[in-house]
Amino acid sequence: MLELRDLKVAYSGIQALRGVPLDVAKGETVALIGPNGAGKSSLLNAISGIVQPESGTVTVEGADLTGARPWDVTKAGVLQVPEGRKVFSEMTVLENLLVGETALHGRAPTFDLDAVYEVFPILDERRDQRAGSLSGGQQQMLVIGRALMGGPRLLLLDEPSLGLAPVIIAQVFEALASLQERGLTILLIEQNAHLALQASDRAYVIEQGHIVKSGVSAELADDPEVTALYLGHA
Amino acid sequence: MLAQQLLNGLVVSGVYALFSLGFTLVFGIQRILNLAHGAVFMTGAMVAYYTVDGGGPLWLAFILAIIVSGCLSVLVEITCFRRLRKTGDEEFGGVVSSIGAGLVITTIAQQISSTQILRFPFETFPVVIFRFWDLRVSMLQLFMAGAALVMVLILGYLFYKTAFGRRVRAVTDNERAATLMGINPNRIYMQTYFLAGALAGAAGVLVGLAFNSISFVMGEPYMMFGFAIIILGGLGSIPGALLASVIFGMVQTLTIAYLPSGLTDTIIFAALFLILLVRPHGLLGQEDAGNLGGRR
Ligand SMILES: Nc1ncnc2c1ncn2[C@@H]1O[C@H](COP(=O)(O)OP(=O)(O)OP(=O)(O)O)[C@@H](O)[C@H]1O
Ligand SMILES: [Mg+2]
Repeated sequence: MLELRDLKVAYSGIQALRGVPLDVAKGETVALIGPNGAGKSSLLNAISGIVQPESGTVTVEGADLTGARPWDVTKAGVLQVPEGRKVFSEMTVLENLLVGETALHGRAPTFDLDAVYEVFPILDERRDQRAGSLSGGQQQMLVIGRALMGGPRLLLLDEPSLGLAPVIIAQVFEALASLQERGLTILLIEQNAHLALQASDRAYVIEQGHIVKSGVSAELADDPEVTALYLGHA
Repeated sequence: MLAQQLLNGLVVSGVYALFSLGFTLVFGIQRILNLAHGAVFMTGAMVAYYTVDGGGPLWLAFILAIIVSGCLSVLVEITCFRRLRKTGDEEFGGVVSSIGAGLVITTIAQQISSTQILRFPFETFPVVIFRFWDLRVSMLQLFMAGAALVMVLILGYLFYKTAFGRRVRAVTDNERAATLMGINPNRIYMQTYFLAGALAGAAGVLVGLAFNSISFVMGEPYMMFGFAIIILGGLGSIPGALLASVIFGMVQTLTIAYLPSGLTDTIIFAALFLILLVRPHGLLGQEDAGNLGGRR
């Protein structure tokens, strides 16, 4: 589904990614974990065309998307849910969801409004509410729902648990599990390694722009180095 | 008599609304003050004049004026703002380069019109006066009010009820997130500038007809009033621009009618000053609207 080869990203001299390989197969959920500033968001933004990679390649289902513009990336069905719950705050919940349809660019939808409301019933209840007035958890559900409206073949999630209460995080990850059951391919970024390893099939560990470890999530969760560094005293 | 003045004021308000809606629309989406907007307005009037002068019917003049002004406005966005946006310097740099574009357009218009005041031939718009109760309304006034109303309604429909409008508002709200949803902001900018320019051009034709006087400098007072209107309404706010246009149109008409001449602008701008003391973000403005680039 997704292949990254030797991906390098730099911001005016600061090297954020130093040659990253990464694969996501169709139907699997892959997690990318690592500390603050490791380059996780940079990796997603390089895939989405928000930043131009310095070198390396991005391939999606055999098509070369290296350096493609963000709207062209969505045409290929690659949809990013950015970190920080970027809802369109002055628009209603329903309007936010409808904007998501732009990413279809004529492709057939994979989730319609009803399907999104089924995953996130709260969005149905709040459909006419201003998105900016939703709680943090509801906003996170809205941005995921918005991306679903764009007919994702590959969903890129940037720290969906950030700043949410544990109960709410559990709700969001339950919803993700239901998306996985439907066969959606997901690349999940998390600082919360515990959560990410539980929710994924495979995982990569990134530090200072390098992939330092990768493997089956269940095995990584038992890896002493990973446990010491990322799973803390848990 | 007061009713008559209110009626006149409403017609003036409509023209202000057409002018300032585009101005505020562009500010809302880009946080940029497009100071070439007055020149685009003037271009609309000029295009209409030369179409009629060349023997074309008024309806054709109106349509051509709208199209040419819209395209000119898009050209301003591409030449003045797009390149600067890439460097991230559009806020201040854009203001300066749009002043430049305004000067270029004005100078070209000055050359073409040989610095003359142009007048439509007599009866370009049929002079018909309707009377009811004590009021006198000309057909031109009805046309102006009707045209303004129709265009404002169309804009409102586009903006609040269509997929296009949702995309424009999405880019206004959070450009990065909109881009990730497959929206090409450059396309939205071009469409927005076209609408803004088309409305300004329409306003130009209406003003040209109303005063039967068209000149290359006619955009300047409107630029100043438009500026005041969108600040009063709240920068970037469409309902705010509408409300402020009505207030401006009314106050201006009434002060001209009932107070010594020359006091009009003083009163209007003093009132603006006082209102902004109480409501620094304008009547319907958002807290962060004045914070240039704040939402990027
Ligand atoms: N727009 C930018 N301009 C300059 N440097 C940047 C930019 N974005 C990220 N960086 C730098 O690149 C490096 C990687 O940042 P990135 O945001 O990808 O990390 P991250 O793993 O997502 O971190 P976090 O967990 O805090 O979100 C950091 O050193 C960061 O300071
Ligand atoms: Mg990040």
